Amino acid sequence: MIELSAKGSNGLLAKRYASEKRFRAYGAIALALTTIFLGFLLYDIISKGWPAFFESHSSLEMKIDPDKVAAGDIANGDFAAIIKQSVREQFPDIESRADKKTLASFISQAAGDELRNMVLANPELIGQTVKVDLLLSADADLYYKGLIETDDKLLLDKFSAKLPVTQSISWRFWTNGDSREPELAGLLGAIKGSLFTVGIAIFIGLPLGVFAAIYLEQFARRNRWTDLIEVNINNLAAVPSIIFGLLGLAMFLNFFGLPRSAPLVGGLVLALLVLPTIIIASRAALRAVPPSIKEAALGVGASKQQAVFHHVLPLALPGILTGTILALARAFGETAPLLMIGMVAFIADVPQSPTDAATVLPVQIYLWSDLPELAFKSKTAAAIIVLIGILMLANALAIYMRRKFERRW
Amino acid sequence: MNQMSTARATESNTQMVGERTTRISARKVNIYYGEKHAIKDLSIEIPDRSVSAFIGPSGCGKSTFLRAINRMNDTIEGCRLTGEVRLDDKNIYDKDVDVVQLRSHVGMVFQKPNPFPKSIFENVAYGPRIHGLAKNKTDLEEMVVASLKKAGLFEEVKDRLDAPGTGLSGGQQQRLCIARAIAVNPEVILMDEPCSALDPIATARIEELIDELRQNYCIVIVTHSMQQAARVSQLTAFFHLGTLVETGDTNSMFTNPRDKRTQDYITGRFG
Amino acid sequence: MILWSILIILAAAVGAFLFAKSQATTLQTANTGRLASLPGQHGLLAAAVAMLAGLAGVLVSIPFSTSFAWMMPVLGAAAATIAAFFTISRITPKWHARNKFEAIVMGVLIASSIVAILTTVGIFASVVFESVAFFRQVNIFEFLFTTQWSPTGTPPAFGFIPLLTGTLLITFIAIAVATPLGLFAAIFLAEYASPTLRRWMKPVLEMLAGIPTVVLGFFAALTVAPLIKHSGNAIGLDVASESALAAGLVMGMMIVPLISSLSDDIINAVPQSLRDGSYAMGATKSETIKRVVLPAALPGIMSAVMLAISRAIGETMIVVMAAGLAANLTFNPLAAVSTITVQIATLLVGDQEFDSAKTLSAFALGIVLFFITLALNYIAMRIVQRYRQAYD
Repeated sequence: MIELSAKGSNGLLAKRYASEKRFRAYGAIALALTTIFLGFLLYDIISKGWPAFFESHSSLEMKIDPDKVAAGDIANGDFAAIIKQSVREQFPDIESRADKKTLASFISQAAGDELRNMVLANPELIGQTVKVDLLLSADADLYYKGLIETDDKLLLDKFSAKLPVTQSISWRFWTNGDSREPELAGLLGAIKGSLFTVGIAIFIGLPLGVFAAIYLEQFARRNRWTDLIEVNINNLAAVPSIIFGLLGLAMFLNFFGLPRSAPLVGGLVLALLVLPTIIIASRAALRAVPPSIKEAALGVGASKQQAVFHHVLPLALPGILTGTILALARAFGETAPLLMIGMVAFIADVPQSPTDAATVLPVQIYLWSDLPELAFKSKTAAAIIVLIGILMLANALAIYMRRKFERRW
Repeated sequence: MNQMSTARATESNTQMVGERTTRISARKVNIYYGEKHAIKDLSIEIPDRSVSAFIGPSGCGKSTFLRAINRMNDTIEGCRLTGEVRLDDKNIYDKDVDVVQLRSHVGMVFQKPNPFPKSIFENVAYGPRIHGLAKNKTDLEEMVVASLKKAGLFEEVKDRLDAPGTGLSGGQQQRLCIARAIAVNPEVILMDEPCSALDPIATARIEELIDELRQNYCIVIVTHSMQQAARVSQLTAFFHLGTLVETGDTNSMFTNPRDKRTQDYITGRFG
Repeated sequence: MILWSILIILAAAVGAFLFAKSQATTLQTANTGRLASLPGQHGLLAAAVAMLAGLAGVLVSIPFSTSFAWMMPVLGAAAATIAAFFTISRITPKWHARNKFEAIVMGVLIASSIVAILTTVGIFASVVFESVAFFRQVNIFEFLFTTQWSPTGTPPAFGFIPLLTGTLLITFIAIAVATPLGLFAAIFLAEYASPTLRRWMKPVLEMLAGIPTVVLGFFAALTVAPLIKHSGNAIGLDVASESALAAGLVMGMMIVPLISSLSDDIINAVPQSLRDGSYAMGATKSETIKRVVLPAALPGIMSAVMLAISRAIGETMIVVMAAGLAANLTFNPLAAVSTITVQIATLLVGDQEFDSAKTLSAFALGIVLFFITLALNYIAMRIVQRYRQAYD
């Protein structure tokens, strides 16, 4: 009788199954570690960055002192002094100079600017008592969010006991450009810079990539020249991105004299950077269209170009666009080459055109991460959340398109 | 190896098919691939030390059933089997049956020769190594040589045992695969259209080999060619649309089929 | 101005198309016979010619763009209009507009495919040009074989050996992390995981692959490095706050998806018949993988690892943020080291003086980086090609 059960065999089989289990466990552990790493990364960033989407306010009724604001010259009125004065009046027991200074530092300078705008819009307020919204400075904000311990704890507690502090969504984070003051620094400049840069990259990279792919896949005869182009494209796809930065610096800035720090140059560099990816994806999409479709068109007397542009290209388009979206997602997160061409400067103004000096979202993250203020660490993480959110949207769009247009021949 | 002789010793109390003992018997086997009902209510007895051929048009389920005999279908997702397939008296679909053990007793040779990308020696040594059959190196070498001899390949490759197995000709590759299967001392060898990728000369060589091997093994062969079935087999089973239409002695089946469908098939009306 | 120029040229092209088409249609009705090309094709030709001419006009105006910004749209529009009228004036029944148009299209296609070559040439030219300037100031042997790197020191020293060892140290750590994790993850997904698990895990790996490196750098510098430092200090080890280990670990995790997706392709390319052959001999799954699948896939896996090495060597942001600036010649993973990419980035961020060896040295490092990665990629691709041929 043949023995077929595992029990009846010698010890070897047990050993073999133990090794099987171990091997399987290694695989599971590898996957688990990778997932845990990603989970930890996301958790770390979200927990660090989430508070930065909110800001702390207080408010106080105060009289717009006509001594400090001349009705004819509101713009130069000393609104900061009005606020400082009114806040101090709330705390008559604070007497030492240092404490008074600290107290004033709890209020952001934006509070004065906002009050100025309020009065500019309505000059009749001069001399009246109005309720003024007080944006708190970053350090006070961090304390009230429970993120830091500080020596000014007593004063801060006193402040919030008298003037209730509330948290609200920080719209400034979305509508401001960069700033040296953490509570005022926003992402609009970086986001617009990113849009300009990636917009230019797509405007140049997409047609070039698709045309090159069409030529290589549909028209080029295989010879040394096309082999060279092919090897070259594959190599280019794996060239480190920082090298493209060197290209941008030496060619576009030094040789052609294009403006530094401009999304125009950034877009050009990123276009070249994603070009190989777009070509490779487009070629794959074109190759997936069965040759019978082209042959059918040729069979009814279409020229080769008509067959390709009327029949093959439309069928390959969804695949091409999916590949392009993924390539652009990569460009959107690219940092290193843009450092080389000067998109790394502190730029407070929101760029209005592709030739204005600007920075992009990933570079903004790099810049903020380098700053010593604790509040900027949180801002950095928040900017990362925005960046990853945008990338996830792009990826989701690509996956949706792949699902929707996926076609098996 | 000892198991083999004890297995042979118990043959006297198993059933007989003609003058041969039954090695494999299937009862009411149904196989499903997902929704598809691939084998319907199949029962068959396959004798030891002879060649049984499964014939039938493509898609009739003959390969599916063959793969059920060493549970190769387990590797396919969504494949289910009901009924029982007995090797000697043991249902190989019982819970306590270990597929690894089973397959060391029921070897298989595939349609396309599939030598591993290793040397000729390592190809044959693979089975003995994983099953720990050889005590030492010399033992292993003897086994490899013996298997290559049995597969009729030794003379052709003895000078280049270290050469890659994929460098051999198609027919040689297939014999290498047979040697590889023999090396673990199976009782049964399943062959899934072993000659379909070979030229006529290589085919003749394999058929000779099959005829020699039946002295020691229970061989089941799936074939597309009725001539081949007639040449090598003693028992033939005709499959059609997932059912076993007819089994019987090869000679009588080809000269005097009982079923109309068998007759149509062997006279070339369909297939 | 650029945007305006583009819009004007596009408008000119559309106008040329409509005008040429109507001209050709009139001609067709007047002649009653057939034209050699359809009216629409005449339109396309006129539009294409207008666009090319407009583009040429814009390109010509670029040198003046700083002082006379208005020249760009004006020149573009003028060139486009003149070219369009010239083309339209040549419309006759026998004029083969389609062939001409297709010739232009073909030219554009070929030109596009040449851009990739030009990019390589451009990269090569930029790094070589500035490197030559650098090696005029610094002896090439000093650069290649000495062990002091301090471009801002007095006197500056340009021995790139410590940068090379630093790069290799971090790369080694990254690969040592990524290869087993990526390979085992790929094996598990390809051979063991249920379809459901695969459906969930693939996006996880893709997401990890899609995380920008600046994010990973932030994570490495602010979370992983302090974690390693504290745990090292807890067991009495002296750990630098910008340890090579932190940068290497995070870089390794960045590369895991690359190795796993390449390995996944390679493992799936191993024919099922080989697996069947092994299973049919009574091999277990892991025996089949270890003894049949992996040996068969080895060349492909090797090339995946080489691509990963090339990626690690060229990675910039993680090391810029998490590795050090001081080029220490050490192989201690707990010490701080600097890398080639870190130096390129820091030398070129901020003030650049293209006459000083300090700035130019970045390009010399660039040329080294370019050739190392080029060689790795090329070898990896050759291996893959041969491997593909073996299973086709």
